Amino acid sequence: MTSIGTGYDLSVTTFSPDGRVFQVEYASKAVDNSGTVVGIRCKDGVVLGVEKLISSKMLLEGSNRRIHAVDRHAGMAMAGLASDGRQIVTKARGEASNYRSFYGEEVPIGELCDRVAHYAHLCTLYWWLRPFGSSAILGGYDRDGPQLYMIEPSGVAYRYFGAAVGKGRQAAKTEIEKLNLTDMTCRQGVIAVAKIIYGVHDEAKDKAFELEMSWICDESNREHQRVPADLLAEAKQAAKEAQEEDMDAD
Amino acid sequence: MNPSKVELEAHCIDHNAKLVCLSRDPVCQVVFHFHGLLSTSQTQFSDCRGRSLDPCAIAAMDFSNFQAPGMYPYHASASKQAEKSYVDHPIMGPHSSSFTLMPSAPTTHTQYPYVTGTSVLGIKYKDGVLLAADTAGSYGSTVRYKSVERLKPVGKTTVLGASGEISDFQAINQMLEQLVTKDFMWDDGNNLGPVEIHNYLNRVMYNRRNKFDPLWNSLVLGGVKNGEKYLGVVTMIGVHYVDDHVATGFGNHLARPIFRDEWRPDLTLEEAVALLEKCMLVLFYRDRSAVNKFQIANITDGGVQITEPYALQTNWSLKAFENPTAGAVGSW
Amino acid sequence: MFRNQYDTDVTTWSPAGRLHQVEYAMEAVKQGSAAIGLRSRTHVVLATVNKASSELSAHQKKLFKIDDHIGIAMAGLTADGRVLSRYMRSECINHNFVYESPFPVGRLVVQVADKAQVCTQRSWKRPYGVGLLVAGLDETGPHLYQNCPSGNYSEFMAFAIGSRSQAAKTYLERKFESFMDCSKEELVRHALHAVKESLQEEDLSSANCGVAIVGIGEPFVILDPKTLQAYIESLEGGKDDQQVKVEAEEERPAAIIERQGTAGGGGVGVGAEGEGPTDMET
Repeated sequence: MTSIGTGYDLSVTTFSPDGRVFQVEYASKAVDNSGTVVGIRCKDGVVLGVEKLISSKMLLEGSNRRIHAVDRHAGMAMAGLASDGRQIVTKARGEASNYRSFYGEEVPIGELCDRVAHYAHLCTLYWWLRPFGSSAILGGYDRDGPQLYMIEPSGVAYRYFGAAVGKGRQAAKTEIEKLNLTDMTCRQGVIAVAKIIYGVHDEAKDKAFELEMSWICDESNREHQRVPADLLAEAKQAAKEAQEEDMDAD
Repeated sequence: MNPSKVELEAHCIDHNAKLVCLSRDPVCQVVFHFHGLLSTSQTQFSDCRGRSLDPCAIAAMDFSNFQAPGMYPYHASASKQAEKSYVDHPIMGPHSSSFTLMPSAPTTHTQYPYVTGTSVLGIKYKDGVLLAADTAGSYGSTVRYKSVERLKPVGKTTVLGASGEISDFQAINQMLEQLVTKDFMWDDGNNLGPVEIHNYLNRVMYNRRNKFDPLWNSLVLGGVKNGEKYLGVVTMIGVHYVDDHVATGFGNHLARPIFRDEWRPDLTLEEAVALLEKCMLVLFYRDRSAVNKFQIANITDGGVQITEPYALQTNWSLKAFENPTAGAVGSW
Repeated sequence: MFRNQYDTDVTTWSPAGRLHQVEYAMEAVKQGSAAIGLRSRTHVVLATVNKASSELSAHQKKLFKIDDHIGIAMAGLTADGRVLSRYMRSECINHNFVYESPFPVGRLVVQVADKAQVCTQRSWKRPYGVGLLVAGLDETGPHLYQNCPSGNYSEFMAFAIGSRSQAAKTYLERKFESFMDCSKEELVRHALHAVKESLQEEDLSSANCGVAIVGIGEPFVILDPKTLQAYIESLEGGKDDQQVKVEAEEERPAAIIERQGTAGGGGVGVGAEGEGPTDMET
């Protein structure tokens, strides 16, 4: 990489001669190395899924959560450094709670995303901080229906129909594009996301993984909830079967 | 009128100056400093560089900005330390000025409630806990609101009932809602139960009372968690206790004697509801703030149920009710 | 000449998206003498390897009681660990004051982890150089957590940190599936076996190891040397059914036990495992 050794990449407050902020790009690298995180917006809600890499077999199942509720009607799936991710979640929770006590109603997801993105951006403005090594996929259900956003370490945030970050993001995005999201229910979405995550997981290269999923949809009372155990099991089963079919086809 | 204005005028009249157009001089940006109490004849005026000014020049100043409530001239030498704790004045600039923001009167807090709810009753029974309260919100002695729900669920295991200031109860509910939402977000199997909420409320109430700014309520907390029944009370001064049957306000005088006679730990749901309804009826007859529209909350291991508001059959045909003022000397 | 210009500041990302300063802090954990934790359905046991820096000094205290329901074992810079333990103690006291109930273990661990994360994002701070094993009990049962300088935390069935912890980990990985149904005594013996793996050459004795237990209905307690020695001897007997006299521990208040070995020894145990720093988990 040309940036290395030039001295323009050591501080987040330094621009390189061609107008880049390398420290922010490096932080994004931490996200790119992480387990894949996928979020899709279906017609009746939002589904979030995480390929959670398992570092030890003695780890308790369900530990190291990467999906967090932010309010009753919103949740975040974090890619990258889990500890940085928690910091973003804490901020988002604070903003959601603050909005609620100030305006007496739940925060619109777009507004919440804006505020969190501002916070992430703030960390790219001062030499004494570093950008977060974490991206957030924010899903929620507000008065305008289901919403999906992604916030990046740079502070950039967009609204999406489907979003993917982490190691397998390219393959995952290709798969998401094939889905008919406007007609899909969340129940179908859960299966689809599970298939994508099982599909992008590289068994040969990567450690074992656990599939962590949540949804916010009519079925969950428009609350952010973990996908029910039976549906999750069903989704895993479907994903494994799809994988075997693929293997046979090859 | 604000003391500062009165004194200023008095002073300036001494010097035959009239307070007409008063403003901070826009050209030379003079910030005026006041030395000494304006009510004394020792008063001098100087600008920010310490040059003394003819009191008549004050005709160019705007003292209307000093009308802020709670302000009055304060002697610079009286307390230099005290000065530092006050904020800079928007016009007078950094606080080198001898003008100081001082409270003109002691701070006062809630000294009486405005819209209040009357008694709340609570009893344990065989399978759980019952709470009862009517839906009146009184403005003084006027029954101003007739559909104020005073029993609210807190999480999945607890119900909070409140008598006293309705707005404080609403504020308390918002606090608790925030706590419960936190539990929801943790999603780790740990949830606040009645014990935790009771203790939390007690800390809040007692803390506020120690600031002489109490939340004007008597709160009843009923809950069942892991098969454990819980019934407690917190008052606005932080008194807290648990019992098998509790009541607030008039209920303490009118309902609890009945509870003491008739309450048993093995009451069935039907018996317990009947006991509560009996007490609510007594309260309705004798408490002028009570209305015949109330709710009952039932908390069991299965969760919380709160009835829609309903009324009881009343009987006013008693002789004493037909002509209540007969023989009552001095009534109308 | 710098070998690496990206490794001197916590706030500098390397081109590969790593935080070298944080990884170095995790290295400090590896330098400290080992700490081991394991749990069953009802109990959590912590065990430590104790090293005295000189013949004349006592070892560094590595087991700390946080509250009746929580205790920790640490590896790395014990000075940093004591800061965290003080924080944890005060959080527990505060929680108990406000809610009159014990602090849920997992939430305390997250708070500690969040505190550790902050130290990885401010140029004027350094990450904590200590790894913690947190054993605790709450309404969802017994828990064993591991905290790390990076601000990561995980819940484990069994785990080991510190120097030569790999040996202990190997032992635990081989056996942990059977731990769930273990009795308290069996759990302690497994812990001691694991400690033994991490002790180099040395013989296991109450002088060079420590054990603490918390379980349903049993407040956190650090075993006194006598009880511990009894366990160690039962180990040598090699029989699981051998009964150990553990009544003694109930009679002795924890405070007395804790006062032992307060004399400060050297900071960090020696004996690095010649590997390079580990990559942070992403």
